[in-house]
Amino acid sequence: MVVVFGASFGIGYALISKVPQRLHTPLMSMTNAISAVTILGALLLFAGEATGLELALGAVALLTAGFNLVGGFAVTARMLKMFKR
Amino acid sequence: MGDTAKLLIELAIIVVLIAGIAQFRSPAGARRGNYTAALALALAIVFVLVENDVRSWAVIVPAFLVGAAAGWLVAVRVNMIQIPALVAFQHGAGGVAALLVSFVELTRTTADLTPIGTVSGYVGLIVGSATFAGSMIAAAKLANKIKQQPTVFKHHNAILLLIIAAGAGLTTGAILSGGALQSLLLLGLVVMSMILGVVFAIRIGGADMPVLISFLNATAGLAAAFVGVVIESTLLIAAGATVASSGSILTWVMCTGMNRSLLNVLIGQKKAKAGAAKAPVAKAPAATPAAADTPQSRALAALRAADSVIVVPGYGMAQAHAQFEVVRLANLLEKDGKQVRFAVHPVAGRMPGHMHVLLAEAEVEYEKLFEMKDINDDFASTDVVLVVGACDVVNSAAISTEGTPISGMPILKAHEAGAVIVCNLDEKPGYSGVENPLYEDPKAILLFGDAKGTLEGLVVGLEAGD
Repeated sequence: MVVVFGASFGIGYALISKVPQRLHTPLMSMTNAISAVTILGALLLFAGEATGLELALGAVALLTAGFNLVGGFAVTARMLKMFKR
Repeated sequence: MGDTAKLLIELAIIVVLIAGIAQFRSPAGARRGNYTAALALALAIVFVLVENDVRSWAVIVPAFLVGAAAGWLVAVRVNMIQIPALVAFQHGAGGVAALLVSFVELTRTTADLTPIGTVSGYVGLIVGSATFAGSMIAAAKLANKIKQQPTVFKHHNAILLLIIAAGAGLTTGAILSGGALQSLLLLGLVVMSMILGVVFAIRIGGADMPVLISFLNATAGLAAAFVGVVIESTLLIAAGATVASSGSILTWVMCTGMNRSLLNVLIGQKKAKAGAAKAPVAKAPAATPAAADTPQSRALAALRAADSVIVVPGYGMAQAHAQFEVVRLANLLEKDGKQVRFAVHPVAGRMPGHMHVLLAEAEVEYEKLFEMKDINDDFASTDVVLVVGACDVVNSAAISTEGTPISGMPILKAHEAGAVIVCNLDEKPGYSGVENPLYEDPKAILLFGDAKGTLEGLVVGLEAGD
């Protein structure tokens, strides 16, 4: 797991250092959407037996992660459309 | 599905995700990259749903749809000035998801966590809670709901340490206990982490906001990565780590843009008291102006005579909603055959790259937007620089004067141009509190007042002169 974290951090570092400053806002907005990947964890809360409270908390997690995920990609797409050639 | 097959699929999705980020080189590539990354996350969700026996669809579908619809609605309506506030808010939403997943995984009796998983659960809980609360403060500041300037408590650092100590105590207690007491202690830890986020974020403000928002970007990714360890998902760890590295780079870029260390921005306020760090200003002999020689007429004359113009926009331009007037003026000058370019300082705006987005919204072509390092040598050979709502980023005291808060900060060398037209609200120093020697320079033409009105005046003047 440490290897996965280290390798991803390193690859991310190499790629993102090359992103021009002009695109930094859309970049952050997109990586922000990617961090909503915690939605996978939220979905797993619904696998197997779960109490009512766990389901409720899971539902809130799904809602906020969904907001982050869809909103993040949508606003990034909108921003990038404004950059004209 | 075997473990190897599962790992291979996860790796394939990670490759898709990284391919998305790798395309962020040009606007067209970034558009594709954004869709590629979205596709990777969609694949990841499908994979998790297929792989696991997920139940309670009656809860899952509406919860996700409500969140997604709200996210989409906000995304299509937000205007570009509010982007930093929205991004901060979304960081917070991601933080909530991370903290809730960690909380449930730590407390549920059916969960079978390894020691590493447990520790990661605590880290995910703490970082997620602090990111949520810190982001809410950042979003409120950026949306002008609370004051943008730093709020510094007495003994701020001591308070922070106290909160961290209390958090450590709660963590130890929760690890050692079980059942209802553990849930209670975890709840206390969530609250304590949120207080940490608030106390931490509240003292950062104004021109330091780009650092805060980048930092929260990194912590949101970090929280996701730790949740990944808890649920043993390679995919989640990889995605979270990528985001954390992106946020770290942006934080670093912002800090270098201001010539300050991260620690200095986050916990040490090296701020000038008003007038305390006054740069020695060489008084120019005041030219006796002729009767009709107003700053506006001088500005118009300078613009008419110029062959090359560089526009330096700052956050003041956004505050005055003047970007469209700037572009009208730029287009007018271009029609006269003049070269017009835009020079953007790395920390202009309220998040990394914000100014570029604002200008793109006003339909400035991507090729005319220049980063500091690419244009800074051209100022000396430029006829007129038009500064709109920017002060610290063109403050030559950063080069000429030692010992001010901005000394050593890289600046746009506007002062090297033939003439500098300054369309700022007033002559007050920028956020740093250091007076700008440029204002005393004889080649500076000062048009103080609302930038939108000032620029409209210039547009009308130029059109009338044709």
